[in-house]
Amino acid sequence: MESVLISPAKALYFGLPGTWLFITIPLVGISIFAYIMYQRSRPLRKAAADPRSGRMSERVAATVKFWLAQYRHPRYLLPGILHILLFSGFLILSIRSLTLVFIGIFDGFVLPGFGGGMGHAYAALKDIAGSYVLVAAVMLIIRRGIFKPARYSVPARYGKEHTAEAVLVLCLITGLVTCDMVFEGSAAAAAARGGLPAESFVPGTGAWIATGLLQPFSVQTLQKLHSGSYLLHELIFFFFLCFLPLGKHFHVITSLFNVYFMKLDKGTVKPVRWGVTDEQLDDLPSFGVKVAEDFTWKHILDFYSCVDCGRCSDNCPANAAGRPLSPRFISIKCRDHLYRKYPLLGSAAAADEQLVSKVLQEDEIWSCTTCGACEEECPVMIEYIDKIVDVRRALVDDGNVPQSLQKPLQALEKRGNPWGKMERKRADWAAEEAFYSRCPVKTLDRKESAETLYFVDSISSFDDRMQSVARATAELLSAAGEDFGILGPNEKDSGHEARRFGEEMLFQDLKEANTEAIANSGVSRIVTADPHAYNALRKDYTRLPPVEHISQVVARGLVFSRLRLKPLEGDDRLYTYHDPCYLGRHNGLYEPPRQVLDAIGGLQRIEMQRSRDRSFCCGGGGLMLFYEPEEEEQRMGVIRARMAQEAGARVIVTACPFCLVNLEDGIKVAGLEGQLEAIDWSELVARQLAD
Amino acid sequence: MEILVCVKRVPDTAENEIEVNRDGSDIERDDLVYSVNEWDNYAVEEAIQIRDKVGGAVTVVTVGDEEAEEVLRREMAMGADHGVHLMDDAFEGSDGRAVAAILKAEIEKGSYDLVLTGAMADDGAGQVGGMLAAMLDWPYASVVNKIEVTDGNKIRVGREIEGGNQEMSDIELPCVLSIQTGINEPRYVGIRGIRKVASVDIPVHGTSDLGLAGDTLGAAGARVKRVDYFVPELGEGAEMLEGSTEEIIDKLIELLKAKGGIK
Repeated sequence: MESVLISPAKALYFGLPGTWLFITIPLVGISIFAYIMYQRSRPLRKAAADPRSGRMSERVAATVKFWLAQYRHPRYLLPGILHILLFSGFLILSIRSLTLVFIGIFDGFVLPGFGGGMGHAYAALKDIAGSYVLVAAVMLIIRRGIFKPARYSVPARYGKEHTAEAVLVLCLITGLVTCDMVFEGSAAAAAARGGLPAESFVPGTGAWIATGLLQPFSVQTLQKLHSGSYLLHELIFFFFLCFLPLGKHFHVITSLFNVYFMKLDKGTVKPVRWGVTDEQLDDLPSFGVKVAEDFTWKHILDFYSCVDCGRCSDNCPANAAGRPLSPRFISIKCRDHLYRKYPLLGSAAAADEQLVSKVLQEDEIWSCTTCGACEEECPVMIEYIDKIVDVRRALVDDGNVPQSLQKPLQALEKRGNPWGKMERKRADWAAEEAFYSRCPVKTLDRKESAETLYFVDSISSFDDRMQSVARATAELLSAAGEDFGILGPNEKDSGHEARRFGEEMLFQDLKEANTEAIANSGVSRIVTADPHAYNALRKDYTRLPPVEHISQVVARGLVFSRLRLKPLEGDDRLYTYHDPCYLGRHNGLYEPPRQVLDAIGGLQRIEMQRSRDRSFCCGGGGLMLFYEPEEEEQRMGVIRARMAQEAGARVIVTACPFCLVNLEDGIKVAGLEGQLEAIDWSELVARQLAD
Repeated sequence: MEILVCVKRVPDTAENEIEVNRDGSDIERDDLVYSVNEWDNYAVEEAIQIRDKVGGAVTVVTVGDEEAEEVLRREMAMGADHGVHLMDDAFEGSDGRAVAAILKAEIEKGSYDLVLTGAMADDGAGQVGGMLAAMLDWPYASVVNKIEVTDGNKIRVGREIEGGNQEMSDIELPCVLSIQTGINEPRYVGIRGIRKVASVDIPVHGTSDLGLAGDTLGAAGARVKRVDYFVPELGEGAEMLEGSTEEIIDKLIELLKAKGGIK
């Protein structure tokens, strides 16, 4: 198109032809960027292996969902929508930015394929995108700079505020889109003055407004604006590029890869070292993550990808309870540690800098209940549980285990349960007289066999209160017409928490013992009522028959009318269902327990604000029952009990014995006795079994 | 500093239900699980910490049957450098004096600066440490809850005395100390650690190695003989408080005040 103004490539800048300048700026910018990226890649290349290249179609689908479609962003509605606007604008405008860089070098450059109608359509699209990016960026500047949502604040012990960085980047974005508007607007205004046909912009867009605003200026002024806005765009663009890998905006580059290489198997725990089989574990000189480079490359990429948005910590129950854990700062502290250890200028720091005590604190690492709320929320799919387990493995390897956990761990080793109860008493719950006469339970051995194994696990076997959950589960199985039995003294703890607390070898021993006992029992399927056992048997064990949770068995039994439930009588209290982490988030079983509850006539059920994948952990199961945090303001169970009360519920139903322990305690500590009752799902449903 | 720690394998009181057998001669041992005596575990941790600070070596020693080897391995997994297993049929049924005599013979074979024992054992009488010091004619401090290594030939030890007060004493080396729980936080020993030391050689010393006369040891030489085990009869005086939590608390406070428990 003919133009009144001289293009940047031909214009003189400081007495030199623009082309010179616009070859130099990208060259310098790209060189600096490449150097920074090379430095940033050093720890990645030293990190532990982590095979993530397989299952391409799943990865592509996940990338489309979580990266391209920004699936998790609207979980925080306003910032989510604003981010989607920025992100889509970024994708659209990246083509324009690339074109602009080349325009300065090759006058009148047009990207291949963008010559005709396609080019016009794209021009309109990018004008619209640039305009809404400008609006979104300004709104975000106001939000971050003036309203300062609490989610972004940084407690002193974790580091420094990053508001300035956030606002600076938003200003850069604002600058980029504004420059393009001025660049185009000045050309169009000059063309109009010169009586040439001007580019017509979509009415209402920034370029359209700029054209109108610039109309009164002289051609000379417009030329200055045209050339100046181009130069400024160029400078901002390459400054921005090099600024990205310096802080939280690294995610602009890394998030695509971080999402593509995401963990695909929820609820699992990574092996001690990828490529090392369970049998070879004894030969490893060291376990877990002791120095930063012991993390896998993907975990380091996670640190680089953290946007410091605080969604993880906002949902972390340990953080809410005032424990010294904030998942966000695990990422930020480790990232900053790596930046310090591998500075952009100068040589790397000593290789043996220990992570725990220097970067992370022991209490911080033990505070995690592995509930997974953080991982469920993270828009860029950062993992926390595997990292925490890896750091725990290192602590266990060095003997640094809190005193409160040593006894239960040793009892697990000696007796196969964390309380150190006698093995031969493991099936005592089934021997209670009234129950036994009603529902005899077979102990599977050489003489007795069954089709289904009821895997009870330790707490329901030994805890006086939870034994009633075991009995209720047995009654449900019996009512559903299952031919089932238990392992009795041959059952050991599933080891779910032993593994997640970093005691891998103990877990391996428990797993082997159980696997052998299950194989010897000859069963063809397994049912459990303990979500932790359910997760362990499904995700941590191999070579087992299919495993189901009791709620699945009962839900199916109702569908096929194998069992019937009678309505509640004289009970008009509101019920609410608390999703256990290892049933819900880690295994996606949200519906079966609810379907069964809704099949009880007269049962009025409401949802708490935090339910399903945003369920709030009760305080943790297994070994977490024994852990005494050094710092805690309030117990998670108390917070959860209050949430149920706020929802208006009088009964909180859960489907996990550990949740029940924590909720019952929480109700007492919160002083809600008489106002709120906790009951196990199996207990409630077994009570409603029709005769 | 060369440190020797005497350890014992005992039924784990936390993980067993202890019952007296029918004829009252012993406890039921069929279903028992054993572990390192808790006090000894603190003593080993303390020895390791002293070694890590001032150098030297930690040796753990036990008097016991073949099964006792597991506790030596566990303590070596914790960080002790050497283990010595004192085992002989003639040792069986030894009383406290005989155990002290056996340990004394082993100690005199080496050159130790410091000997630690647990203050007592779960299944013992808290007598070996004191007797051992007397037999060696070394200074002795019991129920030690603090150790400061000051200079070459003496150390400073603390004991908790009445009313939570702390008493500090200087004691000349070599000496024997019996260690109280709580002196430190013993490190965790996992299965992996134990497997690492599974094949380390542990010398076994018996009567002839130690130059001891068999007839002064074991059941034959015992001067203290156990005659009976029984569960005491349930006495009077227990009172169950009833009512709501608040009522129970009020009654308890009243009772404690009346009996002088709180002022």
